Amino acid sequence: MTTTTLAALVPLLPFLGAAAGLLLGRTAPGFVRPLAVLPTLASLVLAAVVAVRQGGDQAIDAATELTPTGSVPIELALHIDGFAALVAVLVGVVATCVQIYSMGYLREDPRYPSYAALVSLFTSAMLLVVYSGDLMVLLVGWEIMGICSYFLVGHYWETPEARAASIKAFLVTKLGDVPFLIGLFALATDAGSFRITKILGTVANGGLDHPTLIALLLLAGVAGKSAQFPLHTWLPDAMAGPTPVSALIHAATMVAAGVYFVARLLPVFEASQAAMIVLAVMAAVTMIGSGLAALAQDDIKRVLAYSTIGQLGYMTGALAVADRGAAVFHLLSHGAFKALLFLAAGVIIHASGTNSLAAMSRMGHLRDRVPDAFWTMTVALLALAAIPPFSGFFSKESVLGAAEHVATGHAENIPGAAGWTVLIAGLVTALLTAAYAMRLWLLAFRGRGAEAPDHGRQPLTMTVVLWVLAVPSLAVGAFAYRALPDWFDGRDLAPTLTTSVLGTGVALVGGIVTYATWRHTTAVAARVPLGAVAAHPEGDAAQVEAEAIASHAPVYGGVAYAPDPADPGRLLLGPLHRHAAVGFHLDAVYRTLFVRPVQAGASLVRFLDREVVDTYVRGAGALPRWLGIAVRRAQTGNVQTYVSALLAGTVVLAVAAVLVATGA
Amino acid sequence: MHLAYPAVLSALLFCTGLYGVLARRNAILVLMSVELMLNAVNLNLVAFDVWLSRAAEETLHSGQALTLFTITIAAAEIGIGLAIVLAVHRNRGTSDIDKLRDTAEGHETDGPDHDAPTAGQAEKAEATA
Repeated sequence: MTTTTLAALVPLLPFLGAAAGLLLGRTAPGFVRPLAVLPTLASLVLAAVVAVRQGGDQAIDAATELTPTGSVPIELALHIDGFAALVAVLVGVVATCVQIYSMGYLREDPRYPSYAALVSLFTSAMLLVVYSGDLMVLLVGWEIMGICSYFLVGHYWETPEARAASIKAFLVTKLGDVPFLIGLFALATDAGSFRITKILGTVANGGLDHPTLIALLLLAGVAGKSAQFPLHTWLPDAMAGPTPVSALIHAATMVAAGVYFVARLLPVFEASQAAMIVLAVMAAVTMIGSGLAALAQDDIKRVLAYSTIGQLGYMTGALAVADRGAAVFHLLSHGAFKALLFLAAGVIIHASGTNSLAAMSRMGHLRDRVPDAFWTMTVALLALAAIPPFSGFFSKESVLGAAEHVATGHAENIPGAAGWTVLIAGLVTALLTAAYAMRLWLLAFRGRGAEAPDHGRQPLTMTVVLWVLAVPSLAVGAFAYRALPDWFDGRDLAPTLTTSVLGTGVALVGGIVTYATWRHTTAVAARVPLGAVAAHPEGDAAQVEAEAIASHAPVYGGVAYAPDPADPGRLLLGPLHRHAAVGFHLDAVYRTLFVRPVQAGASLVRFLDREVVDTYVRGAGALPRWLGIAVRRAQTGNVQTYVSALLAGTVVLAVAAVLVATGA
Repeated sequence: MHLAYPAVLSALLFCTGLYGVLARRNAILVLMSVELMLNAVNLNLVAFDVWLSRAAEETLHSGQALTLFTITIAAAEIGIGLAIVLAVHRNRGTSDIDKLRDTAEGHETDGPDHDAPTAGQAEKAEATA
């Protein structure tokens, strides 16, 4: 088969798997698991074959126009360069791992068939986004991912948190998607085509009329999808979904789609200096804010969610200094270790019966219960904190190196301010990242107190996957920074000495300070008992997690917050902690700015409808109603009266007829 | 025989029946009055049929055939009517037509129908809430 055929099969197979899963889910439950795993696995193999055949050489382009669609043609097009080939492999790996993990995680869930089908559909949409060479086709995948995210976040729809989170995720991402759509139209109008190759050609010739407007419109959609400030608020709440979904959608793939999109169309953004500055500021605010917020979260998955936002900030930072190689390198390594972190967090939540770090820190021997999760999570946290030689170190250093390269004025076209913004924010975030990674590890695994409850061994499907993902987290970075430039645009990704020493230094400082604080506060922990665990510890992991999420707010007074004086984050952040725990009140701001006015408008419309429109309707009905009441009075119930009236009527009619007939 | 005799007799019969239907209180007497009216019609049918077929060259005597129909149907009708009257009498202890006013406006019905309006109100309350 040609490479093009193989590449077309990559998104198609999971789609067919999803359709078959949705159709056969009820009638043939035995087929659900194979239908979930096998198409995803097959498309992983095919994506790997495509990547090997493509090999970082000339991009593979293929296009077919199904039907003429008016002024700007829409074509089914493939555009597979080194970025697309490698990101598709990442999506395939993570999706396969998540499908296998879900078999164990949701093994008793009655809604598993629809869940697995939606995950397959999501995988297919993401692969479509990755391979598509036409922006309209890309948009189709983009929106399918949005709706899949909505369904999957709301998987535990019995809990009010999940319902609210799914609607929030959908609305906030759509808020970005509307300007995104307009931006795509504007871009296509300027370039005369939706094909990425033609658009890039137009940009290279300077044929773009409104580069800043287009770039800013597109950035809104990217900020929504990739959870960048100010549209990031949906991502922490989306943690109300099942953990494998968080791992797949909200860590490794969908949120990376925005970054990937910018990487693909980077010349369009480069054409506008203002857009690059906006991108840099957005990345800086996102990185630092999410790092502070992550340090204050009590829910283990929310810590990881804020960490995801921060790491995506690194990627957009790399794009702001026009180094897409570094951005996609960080995307790849982050996809591996963040998926691992989430999946391991799922194991921990199952084992401990709670998602609260405060409760875990009062639980002894949790790591002996879940040795696989302990070791793999340690690896992934070290990668997250960018400690050499783990993969996160190399990818983060490539980002910082690119920023330093721009800041010191070695790059043309890109303002040095963007470089400095990204560099400084990146270093501060490295400190914060190491601090919250250390805090997470200490609170989850070094707790003291009552023994952790024993739920028996974790299912094999759940633990094996962790080790599979631990390999790239551990080793890929050192190997990849030499190989990847051949696949990308040839820029050097090797860590430079200055940024390596600086980055590793601040990371070590962050880790050590957190450790010292923890030593200081751990004595307090024993004095303040806290904790609530799931009511059904013997249930499957998904049930335990749903119960943990549902019980967190009533027990601790908030989904993100726990009144734990022994939390090192509380001491480190000082007065900021209160604000960081609620994400710096951004939700409250949005509530005042958007939710309240909309609700007020809704009640106004309701008032107008009820009191004004309905009054006219009721008034129009009043006369017939009164007539009806009057006529009803004639109904006496006496049959003889009716017959008498009938007779009288007949006589009158007969007389009238006779009179008419005789012509009187 | 001149047509006027049976016609007048039939009119008298019909008026008697009409009076009985309108003025009598006892349901059985009302039914009997209905029979009188039917028979007035029968008489008319036969009389006019004879009168008309005298002039015609050939006739099917459809008026007389229709009379036979009417008699049959009247028999069935009176059977059903008497059965209903009997059932009403057993149920209510009276067959007085003045007292059978269940279809009157504002008549209080008793039985399961009472719940219907309250259920409707409850639904409305839910919809507004």
